[in-house]
Amino acid sequence: MAATQETIDTLEEATGKYKYGFVTDIESDKAPKGLNEDIIRFISAKKDEPQWMLDWRLKAFATWQKMESPDWAKLDIEPIDYQDIYYYAAPKSGEGPASLDEVDPELLKTYAKLGISLDEQKVLAGVVAVDVVFDSVSVATTFRGELAKVGVIFCPISEAIRDYPDLVKKYIGSVVPVADNYFSALNSAVFTDGSFVYIPKGVRCPMELSTYFRINEANTGQFERTLIIAEDEAYVSYLEGCTAPQRDENQLHAAVVELVAMDDAEIKYSTVQNWYPGDENGLGGIYNFVTKRGACRGDRSKISWTQVETGSAITWKYPSCILQGKDSVGEFYSVALTNNFQQADTGTKMIHIGEGSRSTIISKGISAGRSQNCYRGLVRIQPGAENARNFTQCDSLLVGDKCGAHTVPYIVSRNPSAKIEHEATTSRISEDQLFYCQQRGISTEDSVSLIVNGFCKEVMKELPMEFAVEAQKLIGISLEGSVG
Amino acid sequence: MAPLLEIRDLHASVGDTPILKGINLTINAGEIHAIMGPNGSGKSTMSYALAGRDGYEVTGGDILMNGVSMLEMEPDERARAGMFLAFQYPVELPGVGGMSFLRAAVNARRIEAGEDEIDQLEFVKLVRAKAKHLSINDDMLKRAVNVGFSGGEKKRYEILQMALLEPVLSVLDETDSGLDVDALKIVSDGVNLLRDPARSMLVITHYQRLLNHIVPDYVHILAGGKIRRTGGKELALEVEESGYVGIDDAA
Ligand SMILES: Nc1ncnc2c1ncn2[C@@H]1O[C@H](COP(=O)(O)OP(=O)(O)OP(=O)(O)O)[C@@H](O)[C@H]1O
Ligand SMILES: [Mg+2]
Repeated sequence: MAATQETIDTLEEATGKYKYGFVTDIESDKAPKGLNEDIIRFISAKKDEPQWMLDWRLKAFATWQKMESPDWAKLDIEPIDYQDIYYYAAPKSGEGPASLDEVDPELLKTYAKLGISLDEQKVLAGVVAVDVVFDSVSVATTFRGELAKVGVIFCPISEAIRDYPDLVKKYIGSVVPVADNYFSALNSAVFTDGSFVYIPKGVRCPMELSTYFRINEANTGQFERTLIIAEDEAYVSYLEGCTAPQRDENQLHAAVVELVAMDDAEIKYSTVQNWYPGDENGLGGIYNFVTKRGACRGDRSKISWTQVETGSAITWKYPSCILQGKDSVGEFYSVALTNNFQQADTGTKMIHIGEGSRSTIISKGISAGRSQNCYRGLVRIQPGAENARNFTQCDSLLVGDKCGAHTVPYIVSRNPSAKIEHEATTSRISEDQLFYCQQRGISTEDSVSLIVNGFCKEVMKELPMEFAVEAQKLIGISLEGSVG
Repeated sequence: MAPLLEIRDLHASVGDTPILKGINLTINAGEIHAIMGPNGSGKSTMSYALAGRDGYEVTGGDILMNGVSMLEMEPDERARAGMFLAFQYPVELPGVGGMSFLRAAVNARRIEAGEDEIDQLEFVKLVRAKAKHLSINDDMLKRAVNVGFSGGEKKRYEILQMALLEPVLSVLDETDSGLDVDALKIVSDGVNLLRDPARSMLVITHYQRLLNHIVPDYVHILAGGKIRRTGGKELALEVEESGYVGIDDAA
């Protein structure tokens, strides 16, 4: 697969630390810094949005203004000056090019560097369709024609708002309400782009769908919004990747992702998050404050989250499942790796409402350097969730002795028939294992990477094959300098 | 020509405790040396000191391979220079697939030699062929390194790695312990296949029995951190009959 092979090559070529730290020199169209109603009107106008969308945004803004930044996570966050951020930045060349020929060559080069081929000819037919979001706009979506043939809609959300208003209106904010939390309210007011996916009844999406997010501009926030709907018996596997340039100041990324699965539908959502983590002294890096939630509305529906989180200065993220349907299934597979001064507070919520609903949580946290890594999870069994099941396994691995690993599991069971199992371990990377690998001629860094990847195996195997290879290398790279 | 391995007056400590107290040993290319000695006499410690393990501090003397001191080299550098240690207690690596582990080890050498990484298919064939000699089946190759292997399987897996890496100097630390009669034969045959005028081996064992299969050129008795006696194969027989009584006094 061309796109992934290029990604691997890019990773292999690279020898430094963060591989995606370059800035693309491209003319950009920005709204003035700061946040107020006029900025929201500006964004909405830029996107050519209908009135209802603008009204929705303005209402969200009013809600956000009444809220306070949460402080319950185990995170040490410098206060964010929301007036010092650009909320809209777009490459000048265009608001949604009609075809790939219209995409700025500089942009194509950027994505080639990141290992993403936007050239449909170069990719084997029917493998991965890509939507690319650069700062605040989606710049290219590939394979749309191919997908349209089977009725799958895959397009930038700004386009969906114009072209499929009924679908968007029906589902946006229905899984993550505007007022859910501080960052979801902020996102609802200022979101700029993201992907929209609709899989009609009975359709198995013929290829993996993928979105690549890139923050390029300085002082710019990225607020993307993704909405995926799988109708009865539909299936889709969706991948998300993220990178950003290396900068000394922190940048905010506050996304909202909503998934809806109807009867017998399945959505598999995989993320490889590699935003710039800051330097080895903790300077710079992305604040990754994300709300991801899926609703298993239909009976026997299934939503599976797989995430490999290696980037960002701070990650605050709990991809969750609301298991409404009878016998619905929620899964959360997570690898969160922190090094240097990174902080991660991540986990999931499994809300069991439907009878016979089942959930599985496998979390692997790796802390190195002086980083802090916290698993925070909630398993809630509602009174009607007869015979609900949950299995949770949280393993933490410490690399070195200046880092921290924490596990905060909340369990609330309101139905005595529920079965909930929780296992947790904390271990250190063992000298025995390290020496064994080294004695076979494998360098210290490669040995650490092998052992850590072994530790994450259960999660990695959930990733689509090509993505797994990329994720494995990423783990190696992210651990550089952590031992020896 | 410098000997393949030369250990000169080697002193080594674990923590603050001196364990090796002046070991002298010279191994020429093609030779097999056996080391015997009571429990706790420092045999494994010596193998770790040779391999450069953290925590096994060399406090005096030198270790030379082909005339070059290895003391400043990291364990992985020594390994790539041709030193292999078959562990007395092989370590489990949960989740680390055997094939990727073996390939990483082989490629590490190739990359250092400026060669291309080994072709995936070619590698699978190579491993299968070597594994067959050692009665290691495909299922074992697919599993995580040493995880859930029986004691004897672990030992055979060590020899498989040795066969793949073709080391110049192999240190086998009690590879025969825990092997049944058939496995002992399989492992010894595997080791004998690697006998070569350019390669040397240091075989640590408690049992004369192994030395019937892998016939050594010299046998040394290590006790109290020093080599107390050196002889031919018959020394192993003597030890088997009368134990180590009196050997300590010889110093
Ligand atoms: N990591 C360690 N910490 C403390 N003492 C150690 C350590 N490793 C070895 N020793 C001590 O060093 C001495 C030599 O141990 P070593 O394992 O080298 O013996 P050995 O000759 O290999 O014994 P065996 O025949 O039982 O394998 C022993 O007294 C042992 O307790
Ligand atoms: Mg020993």
